[in-house]
Amino acid sequence: MFGENTLLEVEQLHVSAGPVPLLRNVSLHINRGEILGLVGESGSGKSLTALSVMGLLESPPMDTTSGRIHFNGLDILKATDATLEAIRGNEVAMIFQEPMTSLNPVFTIGDQVMEALLLHKKIDKPAAISEASQLMERVGIMPAELALARYPHQLSGGQRQRVMIAMAIACKPGLLIADEPTTALDVTVQAQILELLHELRRENAMSMLLIAHDLGVVRHYCDRVAVMYCGQIVELATSDALFMQPRHPYTLALLNTIPALNPRGVELPSIAGHVPSPESLTQGCAFAPRCDRATARCSSEEPPLSCDAHAVRCWHPIDASALDRKIRND
Amino acid sequence: MTDAAPLLKVKHLSKDYHGVDGNVVRAVNNVSLSIANGEVLGIVGESGCGKSSLGRSILRLIEPTEGVIEFAGRDLMMLNRSEMKSVRQDMQIIFQDPYGSLNPRHRVGGILAEPFKVHRVGNKADQRQRVIEILDLVGLPADASTRYAHEFSGGQRQRIAIARALVLNPKFLIADEAVSALDVSIQSQIINLLNGLQKRLSITMLFISHDLSVIRHVCDRIAVMYLGRIVETGTISDVLDSPQHPYTQALVSAVPNPAKRREQRIILQGELPNPANPPPGCHFNTRCSGMNSTVQEQCLMHAPQLVKRQAGTQSHHTRQLACHLYAPL
Repeated sequence: MFGENTLLEVEQLHVSAGPVPLLRNVSLHINRGEILGLVGESGSGKSLTALSVMGLLESPPMDTTSGRIHFNGLDILKATDATLEAIRGNEVAMIFQEPMTSLNPVFTIGDQVMEALLLHKKIDKPAAISEASQLMERVGIMPAELALARYPHQLSGGQRQRVMIAMAIACKPGLLIADEPTTALDVTVQAQILELLHELRRENAMSMLLIAHDLGVVRHYCDRVAVMYCGQIVELATSDALFMQPRHPYTLALLNTIPALNPRGVELPSIAGHVPSPESLTQGCAFAPRCDRATARCSSEEPPLSCDAHAVRCWHPIDASALDRKIRND
Repeated sequence: MTDAAPLLKVKHLSKDYHGVDGNVVRAVNNVSLSIANGEVLGIVGESGCGKSSLGRSILRLIEPTEGVIEFAGRDLMMLNRSEMKSVRQDMQIIFQDPYGSLNPRHRVGGILAEPFKVHRVGNKADQRQRVIEILDLVGLPADASTRYAHEFSGGQRQRIAIARALVLNPKFLIADEAVSALDVSIQSQIINLLNGLQKRLSITMLFISHDLSVIRHVCDRIAVMYLGRIVETGTISDVLDSPQHPYTQALVSAVPNPAKRREQRIILQGELPNPANPPPGCHFNTRCSGMNSTVQEQCLMHAPQLVKRQAGTQSHHTRQLACHLYAPL
């Protein structure tokens, strides 16, 4: 199963908080050099999946009840704290949504960018300083020496996110997990940061797990995309296939609601009802109560995720050929 | 859809904030705009451009530094506290965060009856009747009034905030990033609700948002703000389909369109300059890609005025632009 080209493999991961299931049967893999997008609404389990991969689940209350996570041959769930510490920030790095709060306010930017270098690369301080300034230049913060001496509050939101990226790529990780890296930023700055991540991924042959709720961002930057709903992956396909021929009714409904894809003056399509809370989940398909294709089977029996390249978790998936998508490939 | 007399007219409005270190930030800089009866004007811009300060200044929730605000023929700046309070029956606002803007200790019924108490209108029976009506209008069940805000989801809470704003039948509504905190599937419901209510009750609206695709669905006209100034304004189709100001062009191009693969986009250099120390001349000159040698001196020295570029079919449809690259009409 574990191919030469696979960097990360998550198999049937279950995470719960006490009796409440939060992630249910999540399976995905990321190939070397690939960007996998993870989309879904708030509370669907995107960030939890990322934290599990990093071995950063807050336990208690959260617990991995079953499943396996393999990174580069290493079993993350069985690894000791020391092993995890050795790979975090080194082989796997993560950037978070909030550049305002993920930097330590009492240390300089330089201290924070050099931390990973000093810890993982065992180089001395002068070498670390010169490497840190190269990193700052690479992410577009100049003059680098000046920026290294500054504190986080002296930088703008976009610059802080650049610093976060510099810290994350310091040890040239094989996998970068970016959890809503541009959500808190303005659109013009968002475009800069996404382009930067895209370039860095190519330069360093890095794989990426890009978590986003903005479907436009996912469409533009990801090779494959997984759609999550209520702690499950409901559809997983190449970006083109997912956007042009979505097979799960939830994915289709989500795409239909995007304001940018609807002409002015018409009522926007919306998804009736609301996302059920994890406590209230019943045995059938979690989307059944809001689905216009649902039958009796859907509310009694949970559909499995199909095993083909375009995987879908649905008893009545949409027939791709019957679909007239507004999305063109131009 | 709109008649000619503007309900709201803002002239040369400015708002300064004074920092502890003596810095003065001019958050709103000489803004003039008008909104016709029943019209929806969108204000778009990035964080720190002054769009929320503009909205709050218009309601005098914060005190404008200078300028004139005419609402339904009255000069709001001349009104005293109690006169202003009575005008606010007709001018309401919805905020971005439905978690922070509803009192957690009050039941929804109490939250919705509060405006009646503040403005001393209607008796208890009227209030109860109106609360049930307004809940129905925003798509919530009548029994919602006996529950607390925390029992509702984000989308439902925003419906409550909309109900509170509309409960006294205002003529004018400001929506300040009212759908920005919501997930896409919920966002479209609230956009539909606002659109429907606006048409049905013919409310005049100022719709503040950073999201152009949302603005396109809600507004008739749009004003683009950059560092406190309006840089371009016109009808939605004029501005969004053929943006002329280099900043508007970049803004339109920066939104990743899910219908397309990644294409060539205009990626702006740098970020918004420090509003306490804006560049002289055109505020956009530090990031502008359109600046060339013929206009450069102008751009670096003189702030461009917002001038007519193109006459619209109606006077308030006029397109205006503040950029040295374009000669005035």
